[in-house]
Amino acid sequence: MELLINNKKYTVEPHQDESLLSVLRHQLDLTGSKYGCGEGACGACTVLINGTAVRSCMTKAESAAGKNITTIEGLEKNGKLHPVQQAFLKVDVFQCSYCASGMIMSAVSLLEKNPKPSTQDIMRSMQGNICRCGTHPRIVKAIQEASKV
Amino acid sequence: MKKHEQDLIAPEQYELHAAPAYDFSMNRRKFFSVLGSGVAVAFTASNSLGAALTDTSTAPEDQVNAWIHIGEKGNITVYTGKAEVGQNIRTSLAQIVAEELMVPVDRISMVMGDTALTPYDRGTLGSRSIPYMGPQLRKAAATARELLVNMATEQWKADRASLAVADGVVKNIKTGESIAYGGLTKGKELLKPVDDNVQVTPVDRWQVAGTSVPKVNGVSFVTGKHQYVSDMKLPGMLYGKILRAPAYGASLVSVDVSAAKKMKDVTVVHDGDFVGVAAPSPHAAGEALKAIKAEWKTTPQPSRGEIFDYLKQKSGQANGRDSNVKGDVDNAYASADIKIAQTFYIDYIAHAPLEPRAGLAEWKDDKLTVWTGTQRPFGVQEDLQQVFHIPKENIRVIQPDTGSGYGGKHTGEAGIEAARLARDAQKPVKVVWTREEEFTWAYFRPAGVIEVKAGATKDGIVTSWEFHNYNSGGSGIETPYNVASKKIQFHPVDSPLRQGSYRGLAATANVFARESVMNDLAIELKMDPLTFRLKNLTEQRMKDVLEAAAKAFGWNNMKPAQGHGFGIACGTEKGSFVATCAEVAIDNESKEVKVIRAVTAFECGAIINPTHLENQIQGSVIQGLGGALFERIDFKEGKILNPAFSRYRVPRFSDVPIVETVMLNRKDLPSVGAGETPILGIAPAVRNAIANATGKKLYTLPLAPNGVEV
Repeated sequence: MELLINNKKYTVEPHQDESLLSVLRHQLDLTGSKYGCGEGACGACTVLINGTAVRSCMTKAESAAGKNITTIEGLEKNGKLHPVQQAFLKVDVFQCSYCASGMIMSAVSLLEKNPKPSTQDIMRSMQGNICRCGTHPRIVKAIQEASKV
Repeated sequence: MKKHEQDLIAPEQYELHAAPAYDFSMNRRKFFSVLGSGVAVAFTASNSLGAALTDTSTAPEDQVNAWIHIGEKGNITVYTGKAEVGQNIRTSLAQIVAEELMVPVDRISMVMGDTALTPYDRGTLGSRSIPYMGPQLRKAAATARELLVNMATEQWKADRASLAVADGVVKNIKTGESIAYGGLTKGKELLKPVDDNVQVTPVDRWQVAGTSVPKVNGVSFVTGKHQYVSDMKLPGMLYGKILRAPAYGASLVSVDVSAAKKMKDVTVVHDGDFVGVAAPSPHAAGEALKAIKAEWKTTPQPSRGEIFDYLKQKSGQANGRDSNVKGDVDNAYASADIKIAQTFYIDYIAHAPLEPRAGLAEWKDDKLTVWTGTQRPFGVQEDLQQVFHIPKENIRVIQPDTGSGYGGKHTGEAGIEAARLARDAQKPVKVVWTREEEFTWAYFRPAGVIEVKAGATKDGIVTSWEFHNYNSGGSGIETPYNVASKKIQFHPVDSPLRQGSYRGLAATANVFARESVMNDLAIELKMDPLTFRLKNLTEQRMKDVLEAAAKAFGWNNMKPAQGHGFGIACGTEKGSFVATCAEVAIDNESKEVKVIRAVTAFECGAIINPTHLENQIQGSVIQGLGGALFERIDFKEGKILNPAFSRYRVPRFSDVPIVETVMLNRKDLPSVGAGETPILGIAPAVRNAIANATGKKLYTLPLAPNGVEV
């Protein structure tokens, strides 16, 4: 089976019901997407499928075939960080950073659909992503920062 | 253990020091080698394990080269056993060294939490990195700087007074000669003792320390490139899974691993109560685990519904630990004008670090390397030594920057489990706990019962204070208020659930109870709670944070809107001071408590990194909101009933109020840690704000998991 990830084709053999997250991490060594809960409740595994944020731990690898998958590893273009990554760096958001990939992917998806989100829009759209370190105010600020670009 | 480390094991600390759960037999080869030779051969870890950057582990800790190495090209490597778990200590410590060596911070690389490369460290806990590791590295760096200047003086036969240091270069102001650090050391070790009396840069001349240096290696985190232990992979590595008991207190009666053993490429280990499997994929490991048939014997275990009675009954009713008695508290209480007697109930809560426990282990001959996300790499090394009966010199523990801990990762379970599986598999094995395992088999912030009896005069002077804490611990149990008569006691209990350190330890519970009672005394006295607190305090640093928080909040010149309430609380731990003012609103329909705004003033001496300090304060407040309002572990007959983020509510974006911080920079005071104390104020401030809004005084943590009935 073929998966198109970050504009690159990969041939993979998922076992039955294997999640996209498991394939990314264990078969393809794309470990930027994180395991946090395995039930789609924390957002650490968030990737984009056809531009929309999805929880890769709840997505069967099979169901992603033929679709355009973007992971945190695919955001950087020609050595240049994505504006959202730049904004997160500029605001110096993180503590442990384990939620970073999922937060950034969710933010990218939000801004693609809603380039100028209000604070309420941001909070609502990021509700499914957990940060245990409590960097939420900085995440909101970074997304606002990125929306100005 | 170094002297300065000994000094800081405060008696009230209740850090978890649980022994490892396993005790594995020696493997055969080891058994024979011990018997055969009669002498265990010790060798240094660095030459046995390879990849050593420099042999710092064998350098005496009073030597500069144990802590700092300056390479030929002027690159500076700093060695510390502290662990980066999100507190951004890697950045703060690099700033401290950069300051003394007068180099930009990016010239410094920090080697942390590696038992083969860094000096021994008891662990990253108790907010000790800044107050103890900070000065240690500062002195080592300043000594290194002085050594470099001395070397240049000798080399040039110059007058020392005419030499100056800037940007990693020593210059002779008179002759114009200059030489870079690397040219002086030529990459050789700085074999001189750390000078305890060396001149360090005064705080008011700091240029790197005291500034908002961004997180070191920030790019590797926003690009997903940083390898947490759960991301690591070694050639030929297997994935391990462990058979877990169905409940606390259950023991293995019988187990049939024959079907699992027949599976292709699967290693099964059954050693005492330890049963685990390793396989080339997590899926295969999962299938093998499912094929194991086990019979367990459970024992009666208390449930959440009876936990508080249980703790009270099982506690030693005698004088307890850390007893502090002054005056005649019974008499003082009897004669007080205003009296409050109240019991508080504190639930178990989980740290729930977003990265669950992970360990990767590799044996090469008899030498073991374990990568694991822990706050105590040297502690895990000792655990492995104990569990596997092998010399410590044969064990290397490495802690890559970890997906947080909050006091919840003082242990090394996943690393020990991986090591046991790897020994039989003869391949590297990685064990990553599931969220359910993390919620069930890690340890919790202790549950507790707190009984308080307090009395005051009608003029608002607290005269008697009796405080008993059952099980949750002694941290923060002492009252900062002036009281003529007091009796303060901690009563330890053998907890039915595994428990241990948390952010701020038991102070989250003790400060909550104390500040609630102080609030209620003020209500009884019809006094403003801020005025009442100030009246009973002499500690100026506590008064300063209270006044700073109140001022920024507008305590004295605002009235809460209809359905809203204001609350205030303060606390001190580990040499730092915090005060929080909170505004809450109660939703008319759902009765849910919404925190609208929280203003926290914090003082921890001279500030090393303002932006990261602000982040710690904000993070503490937000994490503290969970324990304040809704986090609690539910359990029945030894089973955890809510071991998932879908059933254990943690703060999310919609729960986050306006979080404001006021940082008091006391440049005249030594810097102390900031990762814990800022959490103390939020729960009692919210509780007192709810009382202000509704008249309803709550006595539990969490306060209102199902809202407040008004």
